[in-house]
Amino acid sequence: MNWFTNFFSSTLGRKLMMALTGLFLILFLAVHLAGNLQLLKSDGGRAFNVYAHFMTHNPLIVTISVVNFAFIAIHIIWAAILTRRNRAARGPVGYAVTNNSSSLTSRNMGILGTLILVFIVIHLRSFWYETHFGNIPLVDYDGSPVKDLFTVVDVAYTQLWFVVLYVVSMAIVGFHLYHGFGSAFQTLGLNHVKYNPAIRFIGVAFSIVVPVLFALIPILMFLDITIG
Amino acid sequence: MKITLKVWRQKSKDAKGEFKTYPLDHVSQDMSFLEMFDVLNNDLVRKGEDPVAFDHDCREGICGMCSMYINGRPHGPLQTTTCQLHMRTFKDGETITVEPWRAKAFPIIKDLVVDRTSFERIQQAGGYISVNTGGVPDANEIPIPKIDADKAFDAAACIGCGACVAACKNASAMLFVSAKVSQLALLPQGQPERKTRVENMVAQMDAEDFGACTNTLACEAECPKGISVTNIARMNREYFSAKASSENA
Repeated sequence: MNWFTNFFSSTLGRKLMMALTGLFLILFLAVHLAGNLQLLKSDGGRAFNVYAHFMTHNPLIVTISVVNFAFIAIHIIWAAILTRRNRAARGPVGYAVTNNSSSLTSRNMGILGTLILVFIVIHLRSFWYETHFGNIPLVDYDGSPVKDLFTVVDVAYTQLWFVVLYVVSMAIVGFHLYHGFGSAFQTLGLNHVKYNPAIRFIGVAFSIVVPVLFALIPILMFLDITIG
Repeated sequence: MKITLKVWRQKSKDAKGEFKTYPLDHVSQDMSFLEMFDVLNNDLVRKGEDPVAFDHDCREGICGMCSMYINGRPHGPLQTTTCQLHMRTFKDGETITVEPWRAKAFPIIKDLVVDRTSFERIQQAGGYISVNTGGVPDANEIPIPKIDADKAFDAAACIGCGACVAACKNASAMLFVSAKVSQLALLPQGQPERKTRVENMVAQMDAEDFGACTNTLACEAECPKGISVTNIARMNREYFSAKASSENA
């Protein structure tokens, strides 16, 4: 197994881990968004509460959520390891003048990622922790009691600062995705003249559409606007 | 034209370096950047001062020796080598800051001269093909698709100057190593050592303490030979498939 550990401790092996966990988290974002859009339904939160109950009780989903947390941890830890190496690679003295020919987003993935981590901690404390360990009232749908997570979210989004925090955080997620999406494919070696335009288009579209839809949820709930 | 040069001066590898400022008032705009340094060094020698040490060789843009970080960019504001950069690119009265390549794997020898033998050690780790001696083969005996020959040639245009490392915020050598890996992986002659080559060259790249690639694409933007980052994707593919399938356990 020497070759195996050897591979995963190489710079390319570590980058492969970043790309694979990153792509998984991109998929997770899409699923998370699809579920959360139910918050906007004008059914008093029934669809969302039933969905939340399913997501916290289905054994497959529960397993995937553990994997998801593990991948977030790997993505963060590997990023820290690589960043340390990359900083050290410049040597003891840096440049006095730099005139960058790369994009601001691509150079600051670590800072964007750290800000996203801060958001994730606040987000988990507000909703994930409350769901699992908080005292949430139950609602009864056709005889089966379900935690009323919708009300927890609805109350949280009556606070303007909380809505602003979410909107700003989604902008940061957007920038992180803008570089990360295409970068993951390049790291995996998936660079092909036929598919590059599609990867670029989907990457840009995803990094705009997904964060905008996520940000719309707290904005519309703050304004008490429901759809469908 | 008149210019002011801010140049990094450092006596030896471990000495502490600092910027020295040199005003020059008789610079022709037709001079190359290196010729301008020749003029400066003539002045310094005449005054009994130590001339600025800098790397150069062919002065035709093909050897990869010149290596100055000019106004925050490797080889200066144009996508060319320092020897092919002319003073007409700069404004009269401009202050030009000149630094050596900055990378842990490129230690400074003196002033603007850095030790780039780490690149040579990467090449020695696998950047070659083994050809036994024997009769001379006929030219074009081995058919090679034109598109592959062109891609291999584009990768082979890398002169190993190190601008990619200098430009990269991570001082990563991925563009250089990927160009060398691609050049041989694309050709039939490179097939016998294809897997061991990429494994050994990447291992040497890591051992030399170059950083990892974060796909900022600064290397491609600054490469005087226009080496494409598609080579980096190819190297990644080559490396992953070699690690998964080579006999080198």
